Amino acid sequence: MNGVFDLGGTDGLGPVSVVEDEPTFVAEWEKPMFTMFPACFRAGYFGVDSFRHGIEKMDPAVYLKAPYYEHWLYSIENAAIAAGAIDPAELDRRTEHYLHNPEAPLPDHEQSQELIDFVNAVVPAGAPAKRDTDKAARFVVGDVIRVTDVSPYGHTRRARYVRGKVGTVVAQHGSFIYPDTAGNGLGENPEHVYTVRFTAEELWGTGIGDPNGSVHFDVWDPYIELVTEGAQA
Amino acid sequence: MSFQTPSQEEIAARVKALESMLIEKGVMTTSMVDRIVDIYENEVGPQLGAKVVAKAWADPDFKQRLLTDATGACKELGISGLQGEDMVVLEDTGTVHHAIVCTLCSCYPWPVLGLPPNWYKEPQYRARIVREPRKVLAEDFGYEIPRTTEIQIWDSSSEMRYWVLPQRPSGTDGWSEDQLAALVTRDSMIGVGPVKEVAA
Repeated sequence: MNGVFDLGGTDGLGPVSVVEDEPTFVAEWEKPMFTMFPACFRAGYFGVDSFRHGIEKMDPAVYLKAPYYEHWLYSIENAAIAAGAIDPAELDRRTEHYLHNPEAPLPDHEQSQELIDFVNAVVPAGAPAKRDTDKAARFVVGDVIRVTDVSPYGHTRRARYVRGKVGTVVAQHGSFIYPDTAGNGLGENPEHVYTVRFTAEELWGTGIGDPNGSVHFDVWDPYIELVTEGAQA
Repeated sequence: MSFQTPSQEEIAARVKALESMLIEKGVMTTSMVDRIVDIYENEVGPQLGAKVVAKAWADPDFKQRLLTDATGACKELGISGLQGEDMVVLEDTGTVHHAIVCTLCSCYPWPVLGLPPNWYKEPQYRARIVREPRKVLAEDFGYEIPRTTEIQIWDSSSEMRYWVLPQRPSGTDGWSEDQLAALVTRDSMIGVGPVKEVAA
């Protein structure tokens, strides 16, 4: 979708706010909020792609200004509601309760070794998105390609600043979950992933783009079309 | 649309409300929160990436493996996991400088750098680093990259996770890996800052 979150190349946002010695979690609420990602992923409320799409659907003004983990809150509460795990009216009621009683305790509950074991296993093992496919890779390193100028309404990783642009394939990574289906609830449908090099002048124009600069961007096979086959050395 | 950004108090209340319901569902517990926080506050951070960089500086064979298969090479040192399942290391040279970004969200190689600093996840860096990288590095980070050095920005649009192998500083011949690792900064592995200076 053509959302505000797709920020590459946007002007007028001001300087980077670099903070020295910032803690990992700036506010206490960020700790349970961060934990909800692996917890709700495990519970099956979302995959990584649909989690991202959930964030993309935020009110853009809030997206730009809110603290980072507010994005996660928005996506995760909506995913939990959509999964039927959370009643939105009850969530609103409890929010009012904790707003007026911020020190009120959480519900009594039994701790779970199973959840600790899950954390200890998934952090070092990860959740790989690499998937085998029978589809042949249509491109090889050295091919000159163009990113198709397509603007889907749903989730995609086609940043606007590379659409229609011509670049060179510099790496082939194998096949991975395809965001344009997975992020829209349509299954993993793995596709080959490539890294494409775009010169800054191709992206921003001669006289504007850095003459000694480039951007490398990863694309899935359906995002690109052949312009010229790679020169065979 | 409201166009109102919620206050910290409102977000905290909402998070606590959601947490209370997820706890009752058995999806999470307070000890799970404590364990996750301990991991990303104390165990997984840029000291791990620094260890990999130092080894690559000290051991040419390891460096070759790191540049060929970063995920596999990091596993040799027991470094792997979430948001770094498929990693690629970009080698800075005298002629090429690299920096990483995720313009579409906040993707970052957690197993070697820990969780990203807020500025990396915020709109300003994401919008500008792909368009005016030298200016952002010079003006926002105080880090000048000479015009004669090619600047390559790597935008993590897929699950591939990129990070930078900075150049080994001169004056470090014969240093141990621990000594070398102490020179490596988080910012040097993102590509927005130098490694620490070596006292002459």
